Amino acid sequence: MDLSNINPVLLIASIMISATPILLAAIGEMVVEKSGVLNLGVEGMMITGAVIGFIVAINTGAPLLGFATAAIAGALLSLTFGVLTQVFLSNQVATGLGLTLVGLGLSSLLGKPYEGQKTVTLPKLDIPILSDLPVVGRMLFSHDIMVYISLCIVVAVWAFLKYTRAGLILRAVGESHESAHALGYKVIRVRLLAIMFGGACAGLGGAYLSLVRVPQWTEGMTAGAGWIALAIVVFASWRAGRVLIGAYLFGGITVLQLNLQAAGMTWGVQYLSMSPYLITILVLVFISSNRSRSSHDAPANLGQTFHATR
Amino acid sequence: MIRLEKRPQPSKAWTVATPILAVILTMIFGGIMFGLIGTSPFEAIRTIFWDPLFHPQFANFSRPQLLVKAGPLILIAIGLSIGFRAGIWNIGAEGQYIMGAICGAGAGLALYPMDSVLILPLMIVAGALGGWAWAMIPALLKVKFGTNEILVSLMLVYVAENLLASVSSGILRNPEGMGFPGSRNLSQWSSSQNLELIPNTGMHLGVLTAFIAVILAYVLLTRHIQGFNIRLTGEAPRAAKFAGVSPARTILFCLGLAGALAGMAGLFEVTGPAGQVSIDFGSGYGFTAIIVAFLGRLHPVGILLAGLLMALTYIGGELAQLMLGVPGASIQLFQGMLLFFLLGVDVLTNYRVRIGKGEVST
Repeated sequence: MDLSNINPVLLIASIMISATPILLAAIGEMVVEKSGVLNLGVEGMMITGAVIGFIVAINTGAPLLGFATAAIAGALLSLTFGVLTQVFLSNQVATGLGLTLVGLGLSSLLGKPYEGQKTVTLPKLDIPILSDLPVVGRMLFSHDIMVYISLCIVVAVWAFLKYTRAGLILRAVGESHESAHALGYKVIRVRLLAIMFGGACAGLGGAYLSLVRVPQWTEGMTAGAGWIALAIVVFASWRAGRVLIGAYLFGGITVLQLNLQAAGMTWGVQYLSMSPYLITILVLVFISSNRSRSSHDAPANLGQTFHATR
Repeated sequence: MIRLEKRPQPSKAWTVATPILAVILTMIFGGIMFGLIGTSPFEAIRTIFWDPLFHPQFANFSRPQLLVKAGPLILIAIGLSIGFRAGIWNIGAEGQYIMGAICGAGAGLALYPMDSVLILPLMIVAGALGGWAWAMIPALLKVKFGTNEILVSLMLVYVAENLLASVSSGILRNPEGMGFPGSRNLSQWSSSQNLELIPNTGMHLGVLTAFIAVILAYVLLTRHIQGFNIRLTGEAPRAAKFAGVSPARTILFCLGLAGALAGMAGLFEVTGPAGQVSIDFGSGYGFTAIIVAFLGRLHPVGILLAGLLMALTYIGGELAQLMLGVPGASIQLFQGMLLFFLLGVDVLTNYRVRIGKGEVST
């Protein structure tokens, strides 16, 4: 094993790349959960985004168009979850699981003819002046546009929830749908919009996997990224800034693990591959063991069905 | 204006009717889907639902497969349904299934090539223990730290899959397998083979266990205090607490039971139909069993029927792949759609649809 092969500058740059899909999915899911809805279908929406983005990009040669379509596809798919849970009042846990199963089936059906093909990926965007800085320039300022868009989304979500009236209404709906309803807010409409935003973000995250990170389409390529995004929302105790930290930490673990494999660590590749999942469990345990805190942070009506009786 | 009015009690008639309605809706929309990918909808639906049982040429081969596929699905779904009843969401049955297979096969292979009738029972126990232990991880973490069991049990699926890849090319690899990954063939070793009990029916020990599990689960849920406690915990957690039902014990029991049953299902699979521990013996039963549990209304008898139906879509799907060139993934989508439609029409069980003006429209 030769650890000197691991270049810290490239390492940090690749952490940003590997964290972006989970970051996008997690920030979207955080908004959904803030509105009081638990959508366990992130994995399904991500992989649908991945396949749709890939198909569009390969047929049009425009990766950005692929991202846009992936977001729309993710939002549409999440809308089925939204209609089932909000209008037909189905159980959110079961419906979310169903969404994942549907997404996995749909994506492998659509993606079959595209397996093994190559697509154009996003160009690296060199920010003038900044990207010429020594070390930091290559580390932080020469990524593709989606890395920056994902960061912008995080900031926008943070500001939206903290400083806008609409954000306040969304939080109110998540904390107490009865009170929000009594005040005249449209609980179901707010939740449907939040769900669609979450779907669009998950779709973008999936497309980032198939268009930039890998970039190829393989069946089941998200490999649990959507579930990890869900775990990161818990880790972040429903705060945008901590979602960013969580996603980057997680990206770090993934990249480090891959780097160790590439550096010729010989014993058990499988043990390294399972480490991100084990670490997620450890983090969850660590967060939840601090019980008094975590129960305060979760939106009070998370996962509860709303049915206006009065 | 259409509005929904909550029923004081779930409708008995709709409880039975909604799964049937969901199957019909899935056939219609599935047919449209097959039409869109260029297959005749009627032919596809017939190939999936009718031909496996009654096709003059294939039925002899595919009919036994029905029980072979339904066995593990039912066994796993029974365990899951008891947890779901209590509001405990174990969705990592796939991992427990894999661990059961690894532990059971490991226990047996340690004694290779001994010849004894005790080896298969030992393997079954080891398989159940393996699945149980794997399910105890989310259970204990939930009891001790309040960690979310959905995420932990699911993460453990990926861990188990990696372990499976590691052992099937490592310690469990067949020494006479010329370096190929995969264990010795357990269905050819007389001490571990899990053969059909009645020839040409597909009825092996695992299917029999599944049927016994259905009966025991029915007794547990309707006649036993533990079953009552489980239902109470799921339907009225606060009342359960006041009645002195320990949430921790319920969690340990439900997850442990589901894990043990899934582990046994895995062991029966590697000693029978799959024959060996290899990277791809799983075929996703652990996830499909979630659909089976819901389609069966979390009721043992319902799960029995749902397991058979889901097995039929598996076999029919393979047949459709062979005869009509339908992509295999479309069956997965078909199964997912079934769950979606079921959850959608389920609203009729718990709510009454009222047409006309209410006091306030929702």
